[in-house]
Amino acid sequence: MGLFQYTVRRILFLIMVLIGVTIAAFIISNTVPGDPLVANLGQTAMSDPEIVERYERRWGLDRSLPEQYLIYMSNLLQGDMGTSIRSQRPVIDDLKQYFPATFELATLATLLSIIFGLIFGIISAVKRNKLIDHFVRAISVTGISMPAFWLALMSLYLFYFLLDIAPGSGRLSADFSGFSLQTGFLIIDSISAGRFDILKNALYHMILPALVLAGATMGIITRTVRSSLLDVMSQDYLRTARAKGLNETVVIMKHALLNALIPTLTIFGLSYGNLLGGTVLVESIFDYPGLGWYAYISATTLDFPAIMGATILIALVYSVMNLLVDVTYGIIDPRVRY
Amino acid sequence: MKQSGIYKLAKKNPLAVIGIVTCVIWLIAAIIAPLIAPYGPFTQDLPMRYDSPSTEHIMGTDHLGRDVFSRVIWGARISIPAGVIVIVISTLFGGLYGAIAGYMGKLTDEAMMRVADVVMSFPPIILAMAIAAALGPSIMNAVFAIVIVWWPRYARMMRGLVLSTKEAEYVSSAVALGEKKAYVLLKTIVPNCVAPLLVMASVDLGNAILIFSGLGFLGLGVAPPAAEWGVMVAQGVAIFQYWWISFFPGVAILTVAMGFNFIGDAFRDMLDPRLRRQI
Repeated sequence: MGLFQYTVRRILFLIMVLIGVTIAAFIISNTVPGDPLVANLGQTAMSDPEIVERYERRWGLDRSLPEQYLIYMSNLLQGDMGTSIRSQRPVIDDLKQYFPATFELATLATLLSIIFGLIFGIISAVKRNKLIDHFVRAISVTGISMPAFWLALMSLYLFYFLLDIAPGSGRLSADFSGFSLQTGFLIIDSISAGRFDILKNALYHMILPALVLAGATMGIITRTVRSSLLDVMSQDYLRTARAKGLNETVVIMKHALLNALIPTLTIFGLSYGNLLGGTVLVESIFDYPGLGWYAYISATTLDFPAIMGATILIALVYSVMNLLVDVTYGIIDPRVRY
Repeated sequence: MKQSGIYKLAKKNPLAVIGIVTCVIWLIAAIIAPLIAPYGPFTQDLPMRYDSPSTEHIMGTDHLGRDVFSRVIWGARISIPAGVIVIVISTLFGGLYGAIAGYMGKLTDEAMMRVADVVMSFPPIILAMAIAAALGPSIMNAVFAIVIVWWPRYARMMRGLVLSTKEAEYVSSAVALGEKKAYVLLKTIVPNCVAPLLVMASVDLGNAILIFSGLGFLGLGVAPPAAEWGVMVAQGVAIFQYWWISFFPGVAILTVAMGFNFIGDAFRDMLDPRLRRQI
């Protein structure tokens, strides 16, 4: 199968899964005990018969469930995810506002986890069963076992409350609250406006939550790099490379590492989901106004249109990420296309 | 003198031993909680609220004057069984689901596995959070929400195992003998696929406990005043001067999850001969 066909097949598969995701979201919002009207409109709006009637018409609540789903789906395709009970704004507008913050944070966390994961994984494999290997493995398992919300809280306690070297909450310090966002991405907007003081401040606010988020993913990457590197290191072609008299560093970095990275790529796609999930727990503690924070606030206030919107968007991002990983994998290793 | 098994294991895989010791301590603590916890989990002592760790309250007290140490010990009775129940149900249901999909093949397999794919396209905590929010906070709802999120990974693994096992000769001979489909699947195929599933279950136990406490922390799992670790961590949010309220329950979650992860890792290394050679 050619790369093009493979990609098309994966995209069709993604579309199918996403339809499933909307069905799942629809089922969940319909399992809410009690009146779905109260769950979706909130108590105040319920007292206005006009709003209730308009809502019933818009979502076809007097029709059968399959029909309701089709209405829900056609609204969704037009970008209508309903109105948030809490913010009283269209959910899609809320998502547009909060998504860039999470995307920036997750990207930084991903970079950090890859860098540290690679370094630790290589050290651990090269020094297999030595003290440093046990130490690195202990750190990576600790990273995986660490409750992200607790780590977030404790790092704030240490770096903000005790040492006072980290900023408190939010994306920017109060001094910059007047800065207007164009794309929503602070890094892009501050660079394009030539405001490097804002860029610095944004990164300063991002670094601690990103490190906390990176913890678990880093552990998983370390573990995968270690085991796949060990696997590759026992192959014949490495023995050949060594027999040629190549320097051990060249053997590891040039011959072994690249091949060992292939399995790591798949893990990366999976752990990105953990990372996105982690934003729910971490952003709520850092008061970082991103998608995770939005999902958390919506869930705790039972703002169902918002919960569903955030859930669908996060599932979409996660699925697209996995699609990209799969296609990249297909390019690097043509065997998987079959 | 011949070295004992434990000593050999400790030398070869010290982390596994640390994991076993940690988990055994926690299991014992959960069982004999009433004997070792100096106070009840709900015993309030308002004049003693926010008391820092002292000889009387070694982990301090919370906003209602409850003894944090006692609540951490009692908490083991909620989180550990919850994690175990999640994994047991997910393994049984997911395993059976995947076995049926793999054995039936064709359209049944396609349809069944697409459902699993949909569930797996959500990051676990996100979907669990949405389900738990819809169902309302309680232990059973939280467990149910996590099971819904968790079973597909077992289904996927079991399906793969069944697909490769069903071509084996001993399976063909069972079919040739005229055994019923269910008999062939459950008695001939499944028993040969169980080991990798159990390894996965043991590795996952720590994760299940993490997600469960995460839901508790978000206020979507066990409702307060229950002595659940996630709930207890949440009670210390934004009151940094009383760090002990969050710190100790978090250490409890960390050590339990880490213990199970160490054991799971060792289990995986032991059963995977390819890894055994290398590690």
